[in-house]
Amino acid sequence: MNVMKLPIYMDNHATTRMDPRVFDVMKPYFMDVFGNAASRNHSFGWEAEEATEKARKQIADLIGATPKEIIFTSGATESNNLAIKGIAEMYAERGNHIITQVIEHKAVLDTCKRLEKEGIRVTYLPVKQDGLIDLDQLRDAITDKTILISIMYANNEIGVVQPVQEIGKIAKEKGVLFHSDAVQAVGKIPVNVMSDGIDLLALTAHKLYGPKGVGALYVRRRNPRVQITAQMDGGGHERGMRSGTLNVPGIAGLGAACEIAKKEMPEESKRLMFLRDKLKDKLFRELDEVYVNGSMEHRLPQNLNVSFAYVEGESLLMGINDIAVSSGSACTSATLEPSYVLKALGAGDDLAHSSIRFGIGRFNTEEEVDYVGDKVVDVVQKLRELSPLYEMAKEGVDLSKMVWTAH
Amino acid sequence: MAYSDKVLDHYNRPRNVGSMDKNSPDVGTGMVGAPECGDVMKLQVKVNPQTGVIEDAKFKTFGCGSAIASSSLATEWLKGKTVDQALEIKNTDIVNELSLPPVKIHCSVLAEDAIKAAIGDYKKKQTVSAKPESVGVN
Repeated sequence: MNVMKLPIYMDNHATTRMDPRVFDVMKPYFMDVFGNAASRNHSFGWEAEEATEKARKQIADLIGATPKEIIFTSGATESNNLAIKGIAEMYAERGNHIITQVIEHKAVLDTCKRLEKEGIRVTYLPVKQDGLIDLDQLRDAITDKTILISIMYANNEIGVVQPVQEIGKIAKEKGVLFHSDAVQAVGKIPVNVMSDGIDLLALTAHKLYGPKGVGALYVRRRNPRVQITAQMDGGGHERGMRSGTLNVPGIAGLGAACEIAKKEMPEESKRLMFLRDKLKDKLFRELDEVYVNGSMEHRLPQNLNVSFAYVEGESLLMGINDIAVSSGSACTSATLEPSYVLKALGAGDDLAHSSIRFGIGRFNTEEEVDYVGDKVVDVVQKLRELSPLYEMAKEGVDLSKMVWTAH
Repeated sequence: MAYSDKVLDHYNRPRNVGSMDKNSPDVGTGMVGAPECGDVMKLQVKVNPQTGVIEDAKFKTFGCGSAIASSSLATEWLKGKTVDQALEIKNTDIVNELSLPPVKIHCSVLAEDAIKAAIGDYKKKQTVSAKPESVGVN
């Protein structure tokens, strides 16, 4: 039996440790097969190109696409930028309205904000308390100037999975293109661009046990043929959609990670869901006033995002300092703003400050999950002893009626 | 974000955690901050009314490690000081003692506010009980 290694990494929505099998696939492409995949005239180039074409197929197989529809990028942030800006520019004559929603990743939200400055109109759909969008609101928001709907497949903070198939149907019905930031979904739950009705999809390697710095954008070629204006010029690589020498080792790694994910997803998601539920059950059994943020039913199997009332997130993280997770508390963000995702759920800032996100991954063991559960319970109890809010709540004070002297 | 050893020490072994009877005439209670901001500090002092010396101090805090450390440190400093000496404690003293980074300075400000609020509450109670007209007023 292995000795449990500390610190424990349980923040797999932020990034993942590379799978050793992925690393093995990547190794030859640094010093042996090191050619530029665009060098058409010698074997160094041909071998490099072979690697990138293999990866294209591996990625396409994972999401139900064809290899020609996969464009390599530096990561999902670039893929999202490319998709949204690329559509806005290419279809400018058709319209200038984009629909998205409030709990998208900043890669989508900040891109939309920039486009708004350039004259594009953007509708940000709200989400319900469970984190899902309202499909009727989506339908009603579509106008004859709408050129794109951009809704993420699964949310990075709360793991909530949107009704993607229904969104795809509505988009098709109304003749609007559908882009999905599927970074957190690919490799974790089955994603199929055909049955989901998706026209553009962003994914990245480092969320599925692959390297950082490489991702892909799926761009549909049939029914309809989607075109995007390149955002990176210089040589016309990737069918003119994204110029720049390909990151061959990274791409080989991304491909391998996708192939492993496709093979192992059914078993792995069962195991991770079991571990997630075990953790959740322990927390709810041993503590009072714990709240899950977002729908449990429509959620990634390995995500748990909970708030511990009357305990602040950063102080909790400090107490579990041999465990890596993250919090929606303002104190843990660079800008001192609490999580906008939790705010959008209507939770109230105090619960955002008390939230912890657990992302269980391939390399987490049941022993680690048990340790984390026990440690979290222990620290929450200790911090509640320190908390004036817990004291008042136990005395029966209605905290929502208190007048606070904040400055 | 790396914490200073002193902050970690106060977090792991907080001093003077607890509550006093806020209705007691020689206890001053200060509650500052707001849950929406992620910081609430309750600071209490027990003052000897004859000498004006703070004999005991207790705190409870909802907030990050730096907030907990700032209020724990405050209770340590308060014990043994007179009420007027307590009012001279500045947030910058707390920042220096705990080596707080710029982004955590507001925690020390809140601790200073809590001290002033607790002392203020105590003083208010003394003024009310000192007024002769207030005895047996109908």
